[in-house]
Amino acid sequence: MEQRYVFVLAALLTAIGMAVFFYKWQVLGFPVTENQETPVWTVEAAVSFDSGPGSIRAQLRIPTLTPGFRMLNENSVSRGYGYGTPFGDDGRIAEWTTRRADGRQTVYYRVTVYEDKKVDESDTTPPFPPMPVIREPMNTAVQVLVEYARERSADTASLTSEVLRRLNDPSPDANVELILSDVDNAADFVAAVSEILASARIPSRVVHGFPLSERQRGANLVSWLEVHDGDRWRYFNPVTGEESLPKQFLVWWRGNAPLINVEGGSNVQVAFAIQENHLDAVAIAETQSAHRGGSAVDFSLYSLPIRTQSVYSVLLMIPIGAFIMVIMRNMIGVDAFGTFMPVLIALAFRETKLFWGVILFTLLVTLGLTIRFLLDRLRLLLVPRLSAVLIVVVMLMLFISMTSHRMGLEMGLSVALFPMVIIAMTIERMSVVWEERGAADAIRAGVGSLFVAIAAYVFMGMKWLEHLIFTFPELLLIVLAVVLLAGRYTGYRLTELRRFRELVKDK
Amino acid sequence: MISIARKLHEAGVLGLNERNADYIMRLNPRRFYPRVDDKVLTKKLAIAAGMAVPELYGVIEHQVEVKNFANIVAQQTSFVVKPAEGSGGDGILVVTGRSERKRDTFRLSSGVLMSEGEIQHHISNIVGGQYSLSGHRDKALIEYCVHFDPTFAEVSYQGVPDIRVIVYRGYPAMAMVRLPTRASDGKANLHQGAVGAGVNLATGMTLAGVLENKLVEDHPDTGAIVSGLQIPHWDFILETSARGYEVSGLGYLGVDMVIDADLGPLILEMNARPGLNIQIANREGIANRIRRIEEIYDAAATPAERAAAARREFPAKA
Repeated sequence: MEQRYVFVLAALLTAIGMAVFFYKWQVLGFPVTENQETPVWTVEAAVSFDSGPGSIRAQLRIPTLTPGFRMLNENSVSRGYGYGTPFGDDGRIAEWTTRRADGRQTVYYRVTVYEDKKVDESDTTPPFPPMPVIREPMNTAVQVLVEYARERSADTASLTSEVLRRLNDPSPDANVELILSDVDNAADFVAAVSEILASARIPSRVVHGFPLSERQRGANLVSWLEVHDGDRWRYFNPVTGEESLPKQFLVWWRGNAPLINVEGGSNVQVAFAIQENHLDAVAIAETQSAHRGGSAVDFSLYSLPIRTQSVYSVLLMIPIGAFIMVIMRNMIGVDAFGTFMPVLIALAFRETKLFWGVILFTLLVTLGLTIRFLLDRLRLLLVPRLSAVLIVVVMLMLFISMTSHRMGLEMGLSVALFPMVIIAMTIERMSVVWEERGAADAIRAGVGSLFVAIAAYVFMGMKWLEHLIFTFPELLLIVLAVVLLAGRYTGYRLTELRRFRELVKDK
Repeated sequence: MISIARKLHEAGVLGLNERNADYIMRLNPRRFYPRVDDKVLTKKLAIAAGMAVPELYGVIEHQVEVKNFANIVAQQTSFVVKPAEGSGGDGILVVTGRSERKRDTFRLSSGVLMSEGEIQHHISNIVGGQYSLSGHRDKALIEYCVHFDPTFAEVSYQGVPDIRVIVYRGYPAMAMVRLPTRASDGKANLHQGAVGAGVNLATGMTLAGVLENKLVEDHPDTGAIVSGLQIPHWDFILETSARGYEVSGLGYLGVDMVIDADLGPLILEMNARPGLNIQIANREGIANRIRRIEEIYDAAATPAERAAAARREFPAKA
């Protein structure tokens, strides 16, 4: 009966632990390995204009939906201007306003993005566009082109490619020449294509943006064609007709509206600059989950003060040490003093490092044991004797530190980090075992304790494990589940195979 | 490694984890532990049930009473000092006589002399909880020192040999005789170096001995053959241990008895967590026997019937 409850409970704990872990890892993007860095790009748009006599309203189109990228943060640098990011017809707008300004003005909009393949179009499916009203003879030329492309295509994508191929033909026919007669830049071209597709009742729009590089001053906007095939938005190279998007293409804004519009200003210029940085993946995941209003970040250890964080990064490894204890005790059957004494010793080893830790521990216990045997002759009562051993241990630690400092061995100083009460209890326990069961048993259990402490130290010192547990504390639920299962492990301990081997020898 | 584990499992060998999880936790309710962990209480319960126990000379509960020690033992030449909540034979002092010349110097079973002051210090340690299972304050018992039956004189080195019976839900399942050696310092605990010899439950005859997990034919100190000794009062011992179930309420119980030359079998103590070495001493796993007891279990059976069932069901294999 208990067996079933334990299994159900362990399964439940594991499920919860795994679910939270996967959510934080896959959805929020917390890194599973340490020092994982993610490239981020800061794109800065500098808008400058000559101010007129009256009030000024400057509107810059800014990223709204950015497939392949996620926004980390955005801000504006603009002294003396009111700033807001309202939604316009085709997406968000950064808007600066002021009553009056003198001379040439520059305001900055800055956005930091990082790559996230999971960010897809979150657009809804657009309605079929209305038939555009196109004047003759242009209308006929467009109809001919659409008919021509429709005959040679199977679906929206191939129709789009066909239209683009015709329009980019090096030796265009009369219809195409007519259509392109008003076009004098790439953006106009894409806008014209969009209108042609609209007359074929295909939703499409112009996309403006730029491929992100490491560092670039004066980045140029590229216009691209976005076509909805009834299912999702697809991207077309307006020049080659290929369906593709340039590598690391950040969509800045969509539609035919101009990038910038300044009321009350003249001689307007916009300059883009791109800078690539590397940020700790944890920080990005933090910001992101905060943006989502998720509670995951509220319970994240990274939101604690740094000092508390460093305490917890150690404390969270104690369950791992306890888990090692369970394995050593109940699966392997190592004889050791005190249930959690080895875990505490292992914690001390973190500071002293293993080699000096073992040496100092052995030295301390040996000296303490010697003095304990001397104390025994005084026939002290139990609690005063324990206190006496504790005082002796503290003095021994001081003595070891002083001596090693004199000898120039700085590592001896770290002896002060040993949990003295635990050591005093160990010495007392060991001396009792020594008397009752003999030196062999006492030394065996002492070495066993040291062995378990070393094993616990090795596991508790694993950097990747520490990072994993610190970033995903919910994994402790899984450790708990395994410990619960171990609590119902009724098989033999490894040492019992040796102990009972006489019983199966002759069979 | 796995093949050894499988073989051990087939042989019905019980491991510590299985003992703890499947038997002790299931069959031994916590609230009954004081009945066996506190030897003063055990003694009272056993006397109330009409069972024979070594006579209690006195109990020292507080530090200030330690000086009463001399009064308690004034009339005795031999006695045993033990912690009421000790385990594994730790903290037991067996005094077999007094020095002829100085009345306040005692001779231990090992032959070592100990002054009254030293014994008082030992009692202080007991009262302070040094040997207690839980580490808190304890009581020291001073009781009758058994003059053991000559049956085991040849195969014991000082100390008192005792008989351990594992009782499963009231049915004796396995038994062994524990023989002190020089290494065990007169104590009858296998992990301290005593020799354990399995017992044929059907006849009460000893089997070959075990020392430190190894099979031995003869006693390491005396050289006498360990096997083939007939334990006296065997029927009575089996029945008494079966009654230990009613007294303690524990389903997985170890009953320790000694045979006094004058008083016959006496209950020394009972144990809620009896060790597993008894399997080595009997060269047989206990799990198969436990399974058999589950099959024949009868809640209404009297101790005598249960003892008879054990005799019938568990004759030695060899």
